[in-house]
Amino acid sequence: MSETGSQNHVPENLPEHGSAHGSAPATADPFANPGLPPHEPRRQDIDEKAAKHSERVVAGLFTLSMLGTLGFIASFVIFPVDKIVYIFPVGHVSALNFSLGLTLAVALFCIGAGAVHWARTLMSDEEVADDRHRVDADDELRENVRQQWITGAKESGFGRRRLIRNTMFGALGMVPLAGLLVLRDLGPLPEKKLDHTAWQKGKELINTNTNQPLRPEDVAVGSLTFAQPAGLNEADDDFQTQIAKAALMVVRLKPEDIKDKREREWGHEGIVAFSKICTHVGCPISLYEQQTHHVLCPCHQSTFDLSDGARVLFGPAGHPLPQLRISVNDQGNLVALGDFSEPVGPAFWERS
Amino acid sequence: MSTTTEEAPARRGRPTNPGERIAEWTDGRLGLYKLAKSNLRKIFPDHWSFMLGEVCLYSFVILILTGVYLTLFFHPSMNEVVYHGSYTPLQGVRMSEAYSSTLHISFDVRGGLLVRQIHHWSALIFIAAMIVHMMRVFFTGAFRKPREINWLFGWSLLFLGMFTGFTGYSLPDDLLSGTGVRFMEGAILSVPIVGTYLSMFLFGGEFPGHDFVGRFYAVHILLLPGLMAGLLVAHLILVFFHKHTQFPGAGKTEENVVGTPLLPIYMAKAGGFFFLVFGVIAAVAAVATINPIWEMGPYRPDQVSTGAQPDWYMGFSEGLIRVMPGWEIRAWGHTLVLGVFIPLMIFPLVMVSIALYPFIESWITGDRREHHLLDRPRNRPVRTGIGVAWLTLYFVLLIGGGNDIFATHFHLSINAITWFVRVSFFVAPVITYWVTKRICLGLQRRDREKVLHGRETGIIKRLPHGEFIEVHEPLSQQQLHVLTAHAQPKPLDLGPEVDENGVERKAGPVAKIQARMSRNWYGDHSQIPKPTVEEYEEITSGHGHH
Repeated sequence: MSETGSQNHVPENLPEHGSAHGSAPATADPFANPGLPPHEPRRQDIDEKAAKHSERVVAGLFTLSMLGTLGFIASFVIFPVDKIVYIFPVGHVSALNFSLGLTLAVALFCIGAGAVHWARTLMSDEEVADDRHRVDADDELRENVRQQWITGAKESGFGRRRLIRNTMFGALGMVPLAGLLVLRDLGPLPEKKLDHTAWQKGKELINTNTNQPLRPEDVAVGSLTFAQPAGLNEADDDFQTQIAKAALMVVRLKPEDIKDKREREWGHEGIVAFSKICTHVGCPISLYEQQTHHVLCPCHQSTFDLSDGARVLFGPAGHPLPQLRISVNDQGNLVALGDFSEPVGPAFWERS
Repeated sequence: MSTTTEEAPARRGRPTNPGERIAEWTDGRLGLYKLAKSNLRKIFPDHWSFMLGEVCLYSFVILILTGVYLTLFFHPSMNEVVYHGSYTPLQGVRMSEAYSSTLHISFDVRGGLLVRQIHHWSALIFIAAMIVHMMRVFFTGAFRKPREINWLFGWSLLFLGMFTGFTGYSLPDDLLSGTGVRFMEGAILSVPIVGTYLSMFLFGGEFPGHDFVGRFYAVHILLLPGLMAGLLVAHLILVFFHKHTQFPGAGKTEENVVGTPLLPIYMAKAGGFFFLVFGVIAAVAAVATINPIWEMGPYRPDQVSTGAQPDWYMGFSEGLIRVMPGWEIRAWGHTLVLGVFIPLMIFPLVMVSIALYPFIESWITGDRREHHLLDRPRNRPVRTGIGVAWLTLYFVLLIGGGNDIFATHFHLSINAITWFVRVSFFVAPVITYWVTKRICLGLQRRDREKVLHGRETGIIKRLPHGEFIEVHEPLSQQQLHVLTAHAQPKPLDLGPEVDENGVERKAGPVAKIQARMSRNWYGDHSQIPKPTVEEYEEITSGHGHH
């Protein structure tokens, strides 16, 4: 296209010249639409050798596509599904995925490239104009449809027989209620479900990683331990739902570092337990900075100060993490002294 | 249109060519020839930007093809199983069937990983292409009458596409997507009054429950794609019905469409383009891993990985939720969770304002005419500015959505980034609007210069008396036409404040706003007057003016 395109730029194509092949008469308007420019033939249009060459390129691409499909079949047969190979610069990849993907890509891409090359070089590239027609109807048609509508409406008696019309609206309005009602059992009512967790008075704190009861001496200053209530088993049917609320963070601070009086009293010798579920939208909090006693939610970066009642320091969370009151039972294990005193996790309308 | 007996003899005998016989058979039942008459040689204009919509169409087709394949192997169940498949690092780990069947597809089904990756890559490309296609339509004014409804169809496809993507990547029930679903639960809980009810009904009880994968599956493979397929067909029918828009140029008018015919050119080009798109996506899926769910592990509500990010098209809602201050209002035993609910509402509000834009613009400009010639974005500085402001908002929120990634990669304070995004949310769109408008006006001035004085050739000529001048080459009539073809409407006029009888006319507040907006759109500070014929003649008649 470039050799024909450059001809447009020679200065002979001046405004007064343009009207020669335009549809508009040679008026004084230099900005008038000059009309469709004459078609410039491509090399393939005038040189049969060039056209033959294009034909070979297109056929070559289609042949390459066939080879691609054969390669796909071969890869499927040759490579076992678990073979890993190193390919520079991609790295270690599945040989099957890599070869299937690339051969399929060749098979598909070459069909496309062939078709496009065929269209661009061998099919006519002459631009033609087609008329547009207004979308809206003319007056005659409009009037025709209006009359049909009026006749139909009159024959139905819709406007005259009010009783029929009103009861029909009533019936059509009510029947979707049936559809709405059967959706009722999509789930239970919320009631107080979100207010309670699996924690109860006397439940031991079980280390989530070791599955052993936590003892105060296991919790070193500066460490962060995750715990769950005793009796909660991974194989339980509702384990996921229970752990989604009951997940607990246990840290030990120096008692003198704890700024909040209630927090110190609800802990045991500086060991304090907070809900692990972020009060923003419920991600589990997992990043602990032991020097500052800050915990950070990795999802939306809400930051809480564990030495000050887990108040929000930064980020989108709206209220502190709930604290679990803990103590030690006669076996020397950490236990809860009850459930959380407020709902864990994100806030909701019924939360007081 | 019943066939009368007199008509029958006029028809040709039975064709011998088998292809024609099939066509004949179909015509007798579906009226094929009448349909083909107006469409087979339908003219489509050519421009690279018109291919963006094709990318959307083809990636949607690829999604359907690969999606059907995936349903053959995927188990949409949250029943817990202990994994004993071929991926050794997860041997003996408890997980849902959804997760374990996704592992099965990725490691045991030959070609399964490839199809999964093609599916996911196509989804990302589908939504990206829809947004870029929408930008093309927006910036060139292709949404104007008679195409407003098609704008709404396209917008609905984008809106549904985002939710289809979200429900799709939540299906494998891996740690990352489960975290995303929990975020959704938290967002739903923030809805005043009904939030907890919505959450219970969606999850069949408390989060996560045992239901959401199965429910998302039905929504993802049936409900949403069904709606989208319908919208897509309607979108394409309207493209055929309205005939494609075209850029102004030689021979192109509001009353015609200039281009090449569907058969053969666009059959070959567009049909071929499908294979090009598919081929490129297959190559990407071969070399670039996407959503390696095996690295994240199965979902457990008490675990999380750092750097959790949704798919890119959800990034701006992620940004909204991250930078919003944690406002909670507590009174009378209730909590209004503004910190989550406001972002949740901004998302649909921005989307709806985009959907309604064509109607707002035509109300402001009072333009009720049909438009088939596209605008050059520079000639509509206010619209272009608004579009860039929208994009700015989008990218600012993307930064907000990835504030942790930006913080770790660029060694910045996450607090500083968050504050930057909070301020930019309000300031940056205003700045970019203003800058874009100035750039558009500058380009209009340059067009004016070019029309009046010609193109700068870079050739320096020395005149006999020693003066140096640069030779300006006059533009061709085609170029002159392109640079001057656009209309420059006048702003709406409220009319005189006093009518002919001396009685004061009161314009209503709505009319005043409309007139004010219209002045903003088409007033003196929003367009550079294009050169008139007189100006042009005066300059070009006196030679040696340069």
